[in-house]
Amino acid sequence: MEKTLPKIEIIEKYCKGCHICVEFCPKDVLEMKGFYASVKNLEACIKCMQCELRCPDFAIKVITE
Amino acid sequence: MAFEYEKYLRPGKLPHIWCPGCGHGIVMKGLIRAMDTLKLKKEETALVSGIGCASRLPGYIDCCTLHTAHGRAAAFATGVKLAKPEMNVILVGGDGDGTAIGGNHFIHACRRNINMTYIIMNNYIYGMTGGQFSPCTPTGHKASTTPYGNPDPGFDIAKLAIGAGATFVARGTAFHANQIDKLIVEAIQHKGFSVVEILDDCPTTYGRRNKYKSVIEMMNRLKEVAVPVKAAEKMTAEQLQGKVLTGVLYKDETKPEYTAEYAKVIERATAAK
Ligand SMILES: Cc1ncc(C[n+]2csc(CCOP(=O)(O)OP(=O)(O)O)c2C)c(N)n1
Ligand code: SF4
Ligand code: SF4
Ligand code: SF4
Ligand SMILES: [Mg+2]
Repeated sequence: MEKTLPKIEIIEKYCKGCHICVEFCPKDVLEMKGFYASVKNLEACIKCMQCELRCPDFAIKVITE
Repeated sequence: MAFEYEKYLRPGKLPHIWCPGCGHGIVMKGLIRAMDTLKLKKEETALVSGIGCASRLPGYIDCCTLHTAHGRAAAFATGVKLAKPEMNVILVGGDGDGTAIGGNHFIHACRRNINMTYIIMNNYIYGMTGGQFSPCTPTGHKASTTPYGNPDPGFDIAKLAIGAGATFVARGTAFHANQIDKLIVEAIQHKGFSVVEILDDCPTTYGRRNKYKSVIEMMNRLKEVAVPVKAAEKMTAEQLQGKVLTGVLYKDETKPEYTAEYAKVIERATAAK
């Protein structure tokens, strides 16, 4: 079965640049780009939702089918 | 699928006031997921708080909310619960609010075993007012009022709650985000006074003074100190040095619940007229 990729949405007006999502992503999908979190390598995402769960600011959403 | 937190938030309130990396937001999301799991109705749910950064939480959530006086959440919540025992009453607040100025209200709510849930966000400090030490600040740690190290031993909130008579006591951490909602769900389902302590971080007033270089270091500490109760059973006292137990720590379903006992008093008093 082909792997389906999620859509990762970062809401910049909520993101406070805390680095939590970036540091604790097990697959190194995210990076900080300037002040905000940003997607670096979507292909590697395993949809574990850890980033969405831990973001204190409602600023990252992992949208899966 | 991404969780739809929006349906539980008051519109236009984000971004919230908490600092970058403050764990209070992680706890709030856990509470929202718990409310969703239990399908709590907004009009049948009251969120009650005192004063502090943690106590700002009810302002964001679209249900019945009461933001009261410092340390007095338990007193106001008790009033709500006795007037409307059918309501789900949830208290939220910080370690300072709950164990310093509100310590007395806290222990008596535990003693009464009144059917409410208390979520206490323990960041070991008075965050809102600039980092004064709280009764939970560990010995030796620095606060604005203990610049040479705190001489006091800190409270163990969970043990305090058990000792005072709470009948459900659990502990989680802001790092272990996916456990927070599960603990809160169990706490709300429990018939009696339930306490959920969430070990939290305040990078702004506590981390900075105590040589944590970043939010990430604080989160890593939470990750390292937490040991699930089940895992702890297989560990030696030596291995448990400096660790903190997480999960459901205590549960007693035999003790009478206060609103039920109070209803009996009303019945007796009415019959005696
Ligand atoms: C009667 C009264 N005394 C003192 C204060 C000042 N005060 C506001 S918040 C606070 C401490 C809050 O600490 P905590 O409950 O741990 O919440 P945090 O800010 O750490 O989340 C204090 C002492 C107050 N608002 N009212
Ligand atoms: S869902 Fe998991 S793997 Fe994907 S970006 Fe988030 S933390 Fe990383
Ligand atoms: S965890 Fe949230 S607030 Fe922090 S950097 Fe990531 S998206 Fe931004
Ligand atoms: S001062 Fe501390 S407790 Fe208050 S919002 Fe900032 S990090 Fe959170
Ligand atoms: Mg505090």
